Amino acid sequence: MLNAQAISKRFGAVTVLDDVRLHLRAGEVHALMGQNGAGKSTLIKILTGVYPVTAGTLTLDGAPIAPASPLDSQKLGISTVYQEVNLCPNLTVAENIFAGRFPRRGWAGLKAIDGPRMVRETRALLTRLNLDIDPTRTLGTLPVAVQQLVAIARALSVDAKVLILDEPTSSLDDSEVESLFAVLRGLRSSGLAVLFVTHFLDQVYAISDRITVLRNGRFVGEWTPAQLPAPALVAAMVGRDVALASAQAVDAQVAARPAAATATPRLSLRHFGAERRVHPLDLDLRDGEVVGVAGLLGSGRTELARLMFGLDAADSGTLAVQGQTVRFTHPAQAVRLGLAFCPEERKSDGIVGELSVRENIVLALQARTGLWPCIRPARQRELAQKYIDLLGIRAADSDMPIALLSGGNQQKALLARWLATAPRVLILDEPTRGIDVAAKQELMNEVMRLAREGMSVLFISSEIDEVLRISDRIVVMRDRRKAGELARGATEAEVMNLICEPAAA
Amino acid sequence: MTTAHEMNASPPRPAPQLPPRDSRWVRAGRHPLVWPLVTLALILAVNASLNPGLWHLEWRDGHLYGSLVDIVNRAAPLAIVALGLTLVIATRGIDISVGAVVAISGAVAALMIGGDLKIVDGQAVHISHWPLSVALLAALVAAAACGAWNGLLVARAGLQPIIATLIMMLAGRGAAQLLTGGQIITIYYPPYFVIGNGFFLGVPVAALVALAVWLGMTLLLDRSALGLFIQAIGINPRAARVAGVRARTITICVYAFCGLCAGVAGLIVSSNVKSADGNNAGVLMELDAILAVTVGGTLLTGGRFTLAGTVIGALIIQTLTSTIYAIGVPPEINLVVKAVVVFAVMLLQSPEFRRQVRALAFRGAPR
Repeated sequence: MLNAQAISKRFGAVTVLDDVRLHLRAGEVHALMGQNGAGKSTLIKILTGVYPVTAGTLTLDGAPIAPASPLDSQKLGISTVYQEVNLCPNLTVAENIFAGRFPRRGWAGLKAIDGPRMVRETRALLTRLNLDIDPTRTLGTLPVAVQQLVAIARALSVDAKVLILDEPTSSLDDSEVESLFAVLRGLRSSGLAVLFVTHFLDQVYAISDRITVLRNGRFVGEWTPAQLPAPALVAAMVGRDVALASAQAVDAQVAARPAAATATPRLSLRHFGAERRVHPLDLDLRDGEVVGVAGLLGSGRTELARLMFGLDAADSGTLAVQGQTVRFTHPAQAVRLGLAFCPEERKSDGIVGELSVRENIVLALQARTGLWPCIRPARQRELAQKYIDLLGIRAADSDMPIALLSGGNQQKALLARWLATAPRVLILDEPTRGIDVAAKQELMNEVMRLAREGMSVLFISSEIDEVLRISDRIVVMRDRRKAGELARGATEAEVMNLICEPAAA
Repeated sequence: MTTAHEMNASPPRPAPQLPPRDSRWVRAGRHPLVWPLVTLALILAVNASLNPGLWHLEWRDGHLYGSLVDIVNRAAPLAIVALGLTLVIATRGIDISVGAVVAISGAVAALMIGGDLKIVDGQAVHISHWPLSVALLAALVAAAACGAWNGLLVARAGLQPIIATLIMMLAGRGAAQLLTGGQIITIYYPPYFVIGNGFFLGVPVAALVALAVWLGMTLLLDRSALGLFIQAIGINPRAARVAGVRARTITICVYAFCGLCAGVAGLIVSSNVKSADGNNAGVLMELDAILAVTVGGTLLTGGRFTLAGTVIGALIIQTLTSTIYAIGVPPEINLVVKAVVVFAVMLLQSPEFRRQVRALAFRGAPR
């Protein structure tokens, strides 16, 4: 149905795609796999008319196409849901779905928007997705996961032949993923071609009929899931067996590490909480200790991190750093005492897009130093280069805008921003979200190394296996409360029990 | 530290494939100051073709005289206001109260100086009500306080910058009119006139003040991390806060500094006309200042900014005004001509427009 041949794309000096092909057939779910920076997002932007190709041809149903804009490609029948939700939070659900093509009524000269019809059709669409939300609600008041589903509903509402989903599941929980997959299966049997980008290997095998792998902007191959078991898929993406070896290395490190010292906790929360954010809880964090925080979306994980870092104000209990009770009213105070926080929302709370990688990396250190003295450009470049090498950040040079990096590399740059301040306590909120297998392993390796050097780490993640592998202790959150605490060696089932079942705790 | 070791241990990065290098001219065309400079040169060229005396400079009575000197001198207050405004705009804000603050500063100075004619030892001497330094300081403090108030409304109360400063634009103008009682207050104290009319080493003092403000700001931004913080706040205030940048404090200070700059400009303006006019001083100056910042290449969307561009922008606006007067455009179509020229300048500076022109020019040409 949609066929891309010999696609190349260059941005100035950088060749992003080189002779890539992709063949989507009607009635299949096709997984597009690759590490961060492999060129998946660029390929999708070419298919959807955001970028023109440098070389190569696109055909749809045998006819050559050259979409010049996203609208153009939508008219051709190619509909897309991007990685980050691209909707207007201040409009209602129905308005978002019909934005730009509102149903009209009345005569030619007097075409008012047909509100009731819009709401009706929206409700019908959402029902197809098994979503029970009020179409007149403002989108911004809904959780990110639901917003993502609304974005998919919007993509479906145009009569699409090809549906492209760029990491649609990274913010969904298991049941939401399952309902999405049910929808995808329905679409598949109705003859739609679905292109599906994800970092979750199990999802690839759960849904896809075919897999195309890209690496470093080149086409590696196209397989059916049966031809390509998971280890082979990872090897195809990474190019070597690094990922698995490195996973084993993490496990070995965890096993070899001595139990954390029992000195005064570096950070100690007592009855610490805030109205409508987190119910009061106790938590200790010692030097060299990794404490995992598990829980569903909205269970209060992020809220806890924000309270600890002074981004929101706590209204009960105490927070003590090295035994000293403190009250943070601004993150700057937390930073001064050696805290660091990589937020979950990389784009809105993390990167400063138009500034260079270098400026982004030195930002927190400079903020802690204050206005004076300024870190000289030569020193900035040296610092940035140090972390680019240390964390393997893929950037042409440290002066390029950070917005041009791929998601995983932006995440690493944010980690670099905090490592540059040499923190004592590192709070990571979903650091592995939306980044590929190999980068995840590198990041976890780095966390282990930091903990070995004495840093205490609060590791928040919705991927339970990650939390289990890396943590000395696991705090489980449910309904904005601490549901329980588990020691190292807990099983996934124990964590799941705490997450879901109050009675089982 | 292990820095050196780690850097050595990392594998050598493959040399990136370099595309064919752009010619030197193409690369120069991308420098942010090129288009403002081209614009300034064009307007000066038009002026010179209609007014051959433009380039004439003369040393008379130990002073530098000439049309160019006049333009620079008159551009000085605008440049100072626009420099302060540049920082506000870089934080993704705007300050439309600068014109009113110009009037307040002039009014405060005029009231505190006043000037009485006294006969001392048989000679006529002008005496100020308050010492000159106190009067200047009070005017500047009043101006900075107006700016700080704007900053508080924006950073603390969360008002939209254009609304917060709109309030000050109205309240400030009202305050200036109250101070002057709706009259033009004439100042009788010659030492005060130096700021707006004097010469130092043959160069107008006003131009030197503007130069000092520019150099001082450049030095401050170069030696401190203020520029980085302002840009971070302008591009992504939430991320800046998470990174530990004191975004509110910096925003308030930036607005206060903008007010201070308007205060300095107000002193120059009132000193130049030897009076304070609460009704008309600084009227529409905020718009000229916004124009100067934009023409200079700083985007109103915040983030990246250029002080040098703003200075060039102020010179462009003043050269344009002077040109319109010099070539004898009838006063009633003055603003229309100015608008047309500004429109053309903005189009010339828009990369999108240039791209479209290029596409039009090359359409039909064989590929």
